[in-house]
Formats: sequence, structure tokens, C-alpha cells
Amino acid sequence: MDNLKQQDKRQTIDLATQEMLQKAKKENIKTAWDRLQAQEPQCGFGQLGLCCTVCNMGPCRIDPFGEEAQVGVCGANADTIAARNLARKVAVGSSAHSDHGRDVAHTLSLTSESHAHAPGGHAHQHYTILDAEKLKSVAREFTIDTNKTKEQIAKELSKKLLEEFGRQEGELVFTKRAPKKRQDIWKKLNITPRGIDREVVELLHTTTMGVDNDYKNIINNSMRCALSDGWGGSMVATEVQDIILGSPQPIRGKVNLGVLKENYVNIVVHGHEPILSEMAVRASKDPELLKLAKSLGAEGINLAGICCTANEVLMRHGIPVAGNFLQQELAIITGAVEVMLVDVQCIMPSLQEIASCFHSKLITTNSKARFPGVIHVEFNPENAYEVAKQIIRVGVENFANRNKERVNIPKQEMDLVAGFTKENTFHILGGKYRATYRPLNDAIISGRIRGLAGVVGCNNPKQTHDYFHTALVKELIKNDVLVLQTGCSAIACAKQGLLIPEAAKIYAGKGLQEICEAVGIPPVLHLGSCVDNSRILTAASHIIEEGGLGKDLSDLPAAGCAPEWMSEKAIAIGFYFVASGVYTIFGASPFSTLGSKNLTDYLTNGLEESVGGRFEFCDDPLKMAELMIRHIDKKRKALNLSPLIYQ
Amino acid sequence: MSKVIAELVIRGSQDIFKQASDFLDKAIKEKGPAQKIGFPETAFYLPAANALLGAKVETLKDVLPILEHAKSLLPDIPSEKVWLPYLGDALNAGMSTLFCEEIIVALRYLYGQEPQKDCNGFFTDNILRSLGIQLVDGRMSGFAAILGAAPDNKTAVEIIRQLQERNILIFVGSQSEGRSIIDQLLEENIQMGWDNYIVPYGRDTISAVYALNWAIRAALTFGGVKPGEAQKCLMYMKERVLAFALALGKVDEIKCATAAAAINMGFPVIADTDIPEIKASGITTYEALVKELNYKNIVPRCIEVRGIKVKVSSVPIPVAYAAAFEGERVRREQLYVEFGGKASAAFEYLTTLESNAVEDGKFELIGPDIDQLEKGKRSMPLAIIAEVAGRKMQKDFEPILERQIHRFVNYAMGIMHVGQRDMNWIRISNDTFNKGFRLKHLGVILHAMLHQEYSAIVDKVQVKLYTRQEDVDKMVATAQKAYGERDERLSGMNDESVDTFYSCLLCQSFAPNHVCIVTPERLGLCGAYSWLDAKASYEITPTGPNQPIIKGGITDDRLGQWKNINEFIYNKSNKTVEKVSMYSLMDAPQSSCGCFECIAAVIPEANGVMIVHRDHSGMTPSGMTFTTLAGSVGGGVQTPGFLGIGKLYIVSRKFISAEGGLKRVVWMPKELKDILADKLKKRAEELGESGLIDKIADETIATTAEELVSFLAKVNHPALTMEPLI
Repeated sequence: MDNLKQQDKRQTIDLATQEMLQKAKKENIKTAWDRLQAQEPQCGFGQLGLCCTVCNMGPCRIDPFGEEAQVGVCGANADTIAARNLARKVAVGSSAHSDHGRDVAHTLSLTSESHAHAPGGHAHQHYTILDAEKLKSVAREFTIDTNKTKEQIAKELSKKLLEEFGRQEGELVFTKRAPKKRQDIWKKLNITPRGIDREVVELLHTTTMGVDNDYKNIINNSMRCALSDGWGGSMVATEVQDIILGSPQPIRGKVNLGVLKENYVNIVVHGHEPILSEMAVRASKDPELLKLAKSLGAEGINLAGICCTANEVLMRHGIPVAGNFLQQELAIITGAVEVMLVDVQCIMPSLQEIASCFHSKLITTNSKARFPGVIHVEFNPENAYEVAKQIIRVGVENFANRNKERVNIPKQEMDLVAGFTKENTFHILGGKYRATYRPLNDAIISGRIRGLAGVVGCNNPKQTHDYFHTALVKELIKNDVLVLQTGCSAIACAKQGLLIPEAAKIYAGKGLQEICEAVGIPPVLHLGSCVDNSRILTAASHIIEEGGLGKDLSDLPAAGCAPEWMSEKAIAIGFYFVASGVYTIFGASPFSTLGSKNLTDYLTNGLEESVGGRFEFCDDPLKMAELMIRHIDKKRKALNLSPLIYQ
Repeated sequence: MSKVIAELVIRGSQDIFKQASDFLDKAIKEKGPAQKIGFPETAFYLPAANALLGAKVETLKDVLPILEHAKSLLPDIPSEKVWLPYLGDALNAGMSTLFCEEIIVALRYLYGQEPQKDCNGFFTDNILRSLGIQLVDGRMSGFAAILGAAPDNKTAVEIIRQLQERNILIFVGSQSEGRSIIDQLLEENIQMGWDNYIVPYGRDTISAVYALNWAIRAALTFGGVKPGEAQKCLMYMKERVLAFALALGKVDEIKCATAAAAINMGFPVIADTDIPEIKASGITTYEALVKELNYKNIVPRCIEVRGIKVKVSSVPIPVAYAAAFEGERVRREQLYVEFGGKASAAFEYLTTLESNAVEDGKFELIGPDIDQLEKGKRSMPLAIIAEVAGRKMQKDFEPILERQIHRFVNYAMGIMHVGQRDMNWIRISNDTFNKGFRLKHLGVILHAMLHQEYSAIVDKVQVKLYTRQEDVDKMVATAQKAYGERDERLSGMNDESVDTFYSCLLCQSFAPNHVCIVTPERLGLCGAYSWLDAKASYEITPTGPNQPIIKGGITDDRLGQWKNINEFIYNKSNKTVEKVSMYSLMDAPQSSCGCFECIAAVIPEANGVMIVHRDHSGMTPSGMTFTTLAGSVGGGVQTPGFLGIGKLYIVSRKFISAEGGLKRVVWMPKELKDILADKLKKRAEELGESGLIDKIADETIATTAEELVSFLAKVNHPALTMEPLI
């Protein structure tokens, strides 16, 4: 038993997760941690990026010790092979965010034509324009005359947004949101993204056999592709979701597996796109379903989220978060989940097998993401409410099949405050009449806040689950760094109580504490899902615009990181942050580039000269915090800011 | 905003909203929705609602949407645990309170409940305009609104004196546990009123809104901000209106809510109680809310937190010395001794001597001092002769320096100075005499201040005072000869005889787009800067607000336009004004900052021009009062047909000469006519219209265009037959 505990500690710091891992072990259910163990030792060539499967002359691999083959059959060396492998990941990561953006833009188009609902349904059963003000302000960026009906504006805007994906020449409209100096840097390097799809396709093209052999050029093109995600696809997703689902406002929520309720029908939404889960939220209140649930002995219907879908419904509705990426299997292992409804991205292929150990039903909804043998209910915006209702009905009916003896819901749940956006920051800091970023800029300039850190990304069983995120964030806020979070990283910190305003007094440095106290915010701000990293970019641009902290994003006393990353999407995000001038550190294990010294050196040093940002890799949270703080201090010094007030 | 404070603010705002709402219901019930409502002498309706919402509230019915808006701003009280951000909410609550408090005091006016006893009530637009120049030249360094009461009268007086010594205009009122600072000052016989920089607004916190909705008008009056441009208006106040609030005694919910309104304007709050501080800046320039428990430090802390730059004159005399004491009166019952006026012969005279004839700092009293005053007498003759020398001193500067004697002497607490030259009148109070003030201190003042303000042109100053009748009689002749020569010389100076005009950008600190051009025949619109003043100011501070502009080639001599002048104006008006006619009312007239002495305005029906000065509060034939007219001029905007001017420009040869000059003037208030009587007469004669002055109507003859036109026809006013104005 003692031995088991120790092992769990290494796996995760989260008590709920520990408890469920014990249950899994007892019931002989394999989880990601077990599968990682089975994979070890992992492929060294893969880790170093030296394995090439691009063409059928291979697979080739480069000997990292310099003794055997140094080039592949085609003649590609370590630099080219590692850069191409990395570029492909950037393209895939970008495509994931951007394809999500496209679907959302498409929903806007349907909304504007009133197709996005079944005829005759109630208003809440279809999509409408919930943030007309934001619709107008985004439309103005696309030079659309906003003196029209919401529907007309939405129609024109969705057309223009969809055109951004197919655009061949010119510049993505949202890139104009970046400070002028940043735009000039992109132009000079010829990495201003032209069209969202084009950049992905072109990058993939350059990595095929016998095209681009210059690792620096490959990286530059990768940056352009990633920018088409951050300032393109992801930004479209965020902006349009706000328009049709409503812009988030500060909101309370609860997090961790303890949010699953014993006497309720538990429906878990998991994945990334909020379009369907929004309808699930609405359908979970359907009187007919509630009646059915009661008739089957449940007290009601409890909706909870995993991963970024969770963040989306949390930000807009305060729906509880059951957990982050590595907790998706564990949610089912509680034995209390009637239905796990999934769409796209980060959905472990293992889920079906685990669900089959319980009464839980996994239901896929997106034709892009199917499992063999899993119930599939195809979702589209036209029938969204009906689909959502149908799925929840499956869940309600499944409540009767729950084996109460196998139910074990951990007690852990924690409060949190989420719902911060680049727009509502103006009001949070200045109210309606003095809407402004000034207090934030002033706080940095005067040395109450040292700087800003974006801490984002996934979980990875290679790291002690949640430990890196939370240890790092605690260290940052202790040193008066205001932390902005998205994705699974935010969920990790939320579970440890860092996202409640009370956390400032316990964990934050005195200067940051004063600001948190003045504004009423937690020291760690939750900005949403991983496409919402685009909110961080625009918020940073607003800070530059407000003045006093330089002319470019790279001037800001700020740093970014993805401590427990695992997804290709994280690499794409890292690339668009670096290409936007941000010093960005990756934890877990480094990119698979260590087999090429030149490439690794370019990523971690050379890039700074051209784009102002660079990558860094670090596997210790306190060391990472120190690196970020050192960078922030360097930028403070360059801006000639006063020393911290309390140092 | 700490959570405790945010809670107090929000609770207070809910309370104030309810008061406003109930009061309005009562008023509508009792007087009907069409009942007129408003404040005296303002062009801005309910000023906060006008400035921030663009609303023109004239009736009770018009108040409803304002109240509705105020309601929409009311947030929830932050929860005990896991609270949501409250700073923005508390600021919104402050704005709600601002609107509601303004509504409440307007309703009180309707019911005759304001102004409160011994209090000023609503502050009029004109006060703002007339203080404009003091605000920019540093005589008034900032504004304090005190709410509550000091722990004792002595502390109250000390705080007030410290603020006065720093030339801060002080609004006093509200109360703490039933005690108001107003009564503390009354009990201590402290003179209050605008002239003394101490203005009581009312004995409750709600009436502090008078200070706020007065400040808000600065943005509209001087800043060129349009009603409804809320954020611009609030930013103007943050950046240019150096005000703060000082809360003395317990800080309750209503005070917190009112303070939140002030913070929205960028005005920080300083309290003498142990409250949670808001150190974050951004809404305010520095900290938003601080405490200072030590009364010795409280005023310096206020200055620091608002970032006020105080020019303190350090003059070694036995009484306090500051611009704030300039307007203080010495009444008969306080009088120790007086000079001049109707009481005795007196004059003051400043002249330049060769450098070796002046011993710097030397003071001579010829005759008895005031402690040798004959028993029963309360006056003495007095000649004040200041002799200066300086390498850069010019004859032309003598009258300018001499005119400062008025201000310099007045700054001393308990001394009153009126008039100039041989028409001066000086009074010294008992208190001041008892504190040890003697005549030599007049010498100390003049020596110190001439050096302090004019060190660029004055190297040495010596002062002689004569107090024997025969000496005064003898000396006055020399002075009078000099006065005559100076007048002669001034009247010979005209726009053609000089090659340089001067700019005046003094007011750009609050009217950023306004540029005054001062010529020998057109003084600044505030009436405070003649061409000679501007010239001297340039000599004193070569990089200051008065810059020489070589006028260069004239491009239009009828309108009075010069290429160099237009270029200068274009650049210095932030490229908002392309050209200015120095002599025209109709074609590219000069813009105004807002502190003009008079407004000239076209009366189309009369084919003429009316002029109204600031002190005339009655109706004019334009259908507008001075206050309303002033609303359309100012803020650095050119408004053809309307012109802000200094009084003396009316009698200049160049007064709207493009439109026919003085002959166009069809209406002036009687008081203004009297002030300028001799000069008007002289100017009319020069124009060959010796009966003109009698043909100019005043308020006793006409207050409407119809009445005016029929009078003009009756007297055959020349304007009627002049070229059409429009």
C-alpha cells in the first residue's frame, strides 16, 4: 500500500486523480500512465527527431553519435530531417485550431441565414447573435458597414471570415491587431500569413521529399503557418464563438472529479468545439429530460466538462470542470458517468475500452472523429439542439444501468473564477466609463506587477500530472508575475486553488497582491480554451497600445510556457508566440530536434535576433520560473522601468 | 479598490439611487412631469448628465432616463468568498452616484432647499471661466474637496491654512458624526468665499457633487470636449484638473460612493482614518485611496498623491503669504490701518534707475511706522516707491512690474490691496499688525517677489516708503508725470508700428488646441495679457508660453492675416486651426480657451454685433445669456459670428475692423458701457460718430432682437445702413 501511494505521487499531485488511479489499478483498468510505462524506453531516434519516414526510400535514420549514416537515402541531413518533422507538427497543430475556426465561422454563416436551428423551435434551441457589439466591432475590422441588421452583418462577416481560409494573397485581417512594429517585422521576414489554409498546405508541401532543405527556411515557413493559426484560425474561433455563444464575463465555477454528482445523471462533454456543448448545456435543462431523469430516480442532470470543451462552457456558463486531459479516462472510472459526449481533438482512443468496463456510453458527434463500434450521432448546427437532446436522453436512460457499487466519486472539488477576456479586461479595470488597460500597464510600470506570464498547454504522463503547472505558477505569482492561463494548464492550477481571488493573499507577492486586492481578481487569470490563446495575443497588443511598455510585443516584460505539453497544437501555439516576439519555454521533454544541433540552436538562440522571441526547454518548474523571471527582468531593464516596489 | 471599500461604495450607491428615485417620484407626483428643473447660471443643464451622456435635462420627465441609466450601473455587492472582480463595478457604482447626487441637488433647488445656510450651492459656469487664468498661471495650483470634520477646530484651521498656503482652492462641507468643517471654520471666524479659496458647498456628502459637476464643466468649457464624449471628458479631468478629495472623520457608505465618482475622474481620495488603501494607479495618476493619520503630513500627502506642483513663495514676513489670500477682504471691524482710498493720500510707483543707484534689498521708511499711529487714527498717507535695476530691464516693463504690487501685497494674509497708481487703497488688519507686521515688510514682499517672478529682467530692487503728508504730496507729482508719459507711449503703439506679435499658449494646459495672438491693439481675451505683458513674459522666460512671432508679410490687411501668424497657429493648435483673422468676427475669427472677459456675437436681425461681459447674468438680444453664449465659444474652436475678447479690445482701432469696428456694436450691458465709458466716447469720436454710445442699446432698452431693432431704427444706428454682415 505504501509503495502504491508513493508511485501515485509520482504520477500526479492531484488527490482525486490519485484516488482514481488506485481504483483503476484495483480494477485492472489501464490508463495513459500504464501505457506510457509499456512504451518505455521510448524510441530514441523519434525523440531526437532523426527518423524520417517522408518517402519510400526510407525509413531512414541518422546516427546521433556521428559514427554511422549522417544522411538519409535522399541525402537529407539531421538538420533537414528534424526541421521537416517539426514543421509537419506545426502544420498539423495549426490545422486543428484553424479547422475548428472554420467550423465556427460556418456556424455563423448558417446562423445569419437562420439555418442554424430547426424550424419552430424555441429561441434557446438555436444559435443566434448573442454579442451584437462584438459582431459589429469584428465586422468593422473587415470594413463591413455595420449599419445593418445583425443577420446581414453576420452574413457578410462569415463570408469574409471564410474567405480568410481560402485567401491566396495579401494579409490576414486579424494580423492588423498586432502592434505596427510587429507587423513590420513579419513583413520584413516575409512571414505575414496570407491565407489560413494556404499556409498549412504550403508548409506541408515544403516538407515533402526534395523540396525545402534549409532548416532555417523551414522554421520561418513554420512560423508563418503558426501565425495563420494564432492570428488566423484560432482567433476566428474565439471571436465567432463569442459572437454566437456570448462573450465570457467573470464567472464562478467548480473543478475536479468531485463535481460529478452521485445522485444525478452525469453527462461529460469532452473535446474542443463549444458549438455542440453549448446546446448540451441548454438541453440539460430541458423539462422533458429533467422529468425523465426524475422518473428514473435521478435528482437531475449534471453536465460537466473535460479539456477545452470544459473551458468553453465554464467561461460562458460556469459549467463545472471534471478535469483536464489526463483525467478523461478517470472520469469514466468513477463509474458515475452516463454519457461522455466527444467532438474533436485530445480524445484518447482508449476511452471506448474504458467505457466498456462500465455502463458509461461514449458518443461521438463529429464525422472527423469516429471510433469503431462507438455510437455516433452526427451533429450539425441545423439540428444541434435535437442532437444534444437525443444524446442527453441516452445518458438519462442510461442512469438506470449505473452500478452503484462501482461508483466512487472523489470528494475533491475546488472553486475557481474564470471568464477573463481581452475585452472585459477594459471594464474590469476601469468600469464602463473609464474602460482601460491603464491600471495594468501602470501596475507593471510602477513595479507592483513584475510582468506577465502565459502558462498554457496540456498534461503529459511523462510529467507528474499537474505538478509542473502548479509549482511553476506558484513560483511566478510569488514573484509578482501575473499569470494568464488557458486550456488544461488552467484546470490544473484551478484544482490547486490558484484561480480564486483568495489565492492572492496566500500565494502572491506583495505587489501583485495589492493589484489583485484593488481589482478583485485572482493572481492567475483563466482566459479560456486553447484557441483562446488568441485572447492573450490581442490582450498583449492592447497593452502595447495603452502605452508605456514599448512598441512591440517583444518589448513586454512577459514570457510564455507550456509546462506539460504533449500535443502538436502546443507546438503550433509555441511557434506563433515565438513568431509574435514572445520568449516561450516548453517543459516535459524538448521538441524532437536535439538530433540537430544547428536546428536546436536556431530555435533557442538564432530566432531571437529575427523575431525577438525564442524557444527554451526546461524540465524543472522552479528553474523554468527563474528563466521566465530573468527574461521579464531583462525586458523591464530594457524599458527602463523602476525596480519592483517590494523587493 | 479593496473589497471592503468596494462593498461600501456599492451599498452607498444603492442608497443614493433610492434617495434620487424616491425624490423624483415625489416631485413628479407633486409638480408634474413637465415641471422645469435645473441649476442657476449654467449652459450645461445638469452638467454631469450633459457632459457624460449628452443629455439636456430641462424637465422632471427628462430626469427619468438619467435615473434609469444610473440604475443600470448599479452592480451586485461582492460575495464573501470567491468574489468576482469589483473594481470596474465599484467605479460604475461611483458613476451611478454622480448622476443620482446631481439629480438630488437639482430637485432640492426645485424645492428651495439649496443652497444650504452659509453655503454656496451650485457653482456657476462663470466662476470657472473667471478662475481660468489663475489655474493656468499657477496661482491656483489645484483643488481640494474636504468632506467631514477635523477632530477639532484647530486642526481644521491648520489644514485649511496649509492648503491656502499652497494656493489650493478648497471646497468644504459634508460632515462626520454630526460635525461639519463648515461650522468649524465659521466658529473660528475664517473668511470663506471664492476670493479666499474656501468655498462651502453644503453640510451633507451629496452636495459635494457641486464640486464634481463643476470640475466636469472644465472639459466642456476649455477642453473642446463635446457633451456625450464621456471618456474624453473624464480623461481631461484626470490629466488636467488637479483635484483631490480629503475625507476627514469616519468614512461612511455615501462618502465611499461619492469618492468612487471622484476616482472615475482621476481624483484620488485621502482619508485621516484607518481605511484599506487602494494603491493601484491607472484610474488615478497615482494611488487612488490612501490614508494619512498624522495631520502634520496630511496636506503634503494630498499634494503628492495628486501630483500637484506647488509654487510656494517663501517671503519672510510674520503672516502667511500665498495667492490664496489675494481675495481676502479686511473689513472695517478688523481694520488696524489703511492707506489711500478715501482715507488718505497714497500712491505706488515703480521706476528704473542706473544699476549703481540701486542697492539690492535696501529698505527705507521715511516717516513713522504703523506702530506709531496717532491714537484714534486709523489711516496714514503712504508713498510706495520701488526702484529697480537690471541689464535686461526696459522702460516698457515698468508699468507691468508696478501692476504686480497689487498682487504681491494682496498675497499677505490680513492685508488688502485695491487699485493701482495713485488710486490705490491698502488695509492692514489688527491680527496682522498684532502678529508683528510693519511697513518694512511691504519692502520685504516687493523685494522677494520681484526677484522671484522677474529675476530674468530685474537684478536689484530697493524700496522706499514715505508716510508724511508733505513727502507724499511732493513725490506724487513725479509719479503722475511718469503715469502720463506711459499712457502716451501706449496709445502711440499700434499693430503697424511693431514687427513682432506674441503668442500666448498659457491656457494650453487646459485648452490644448487654443492659441492666442496678442498684438499691441488686441490684448489677450482674458484681459490679463497685453502685448507688453507678453513681451516682458518672453524676456523673463524665453521658452515660455509667450513666443515672439515675426509677423512677416501680410496676406489680408482687411481681415488681419499674416502668413507667419497662420503658420504658427496651425502648428501650435495641433493642426486644428489653419488660419486666424485678427480683425474679423465673421471670417476665421480667433478661437478661445474659455476664459474670455466678454463675448461678441452677431445679431443678424440688427446687422450688428452685441457684446456681453462675464458679470452680466441677464438675457441678451441674441436670445442667450453670457453663460449659454459661452457654451458655443471656447475649447480652441473657431466659431464665426462669435468671439471671446478682452474688454479693452472693444475700444481698440482694430476691434472687428473687418466688419466696420465699433460702429457695428448695437448692444452692451450698461455696466460694461460704464466701465469703458471714457474710452468708448473717445473711440466713437475718432470714428466720427460722437453720438454712437447713446445709440448702443443696453438691457434697460432691449433684451430681445425685436426690441433692439426697433430701438436702433429709432436712433438711426449706423449698423443698419452698413454692408450686410451675413
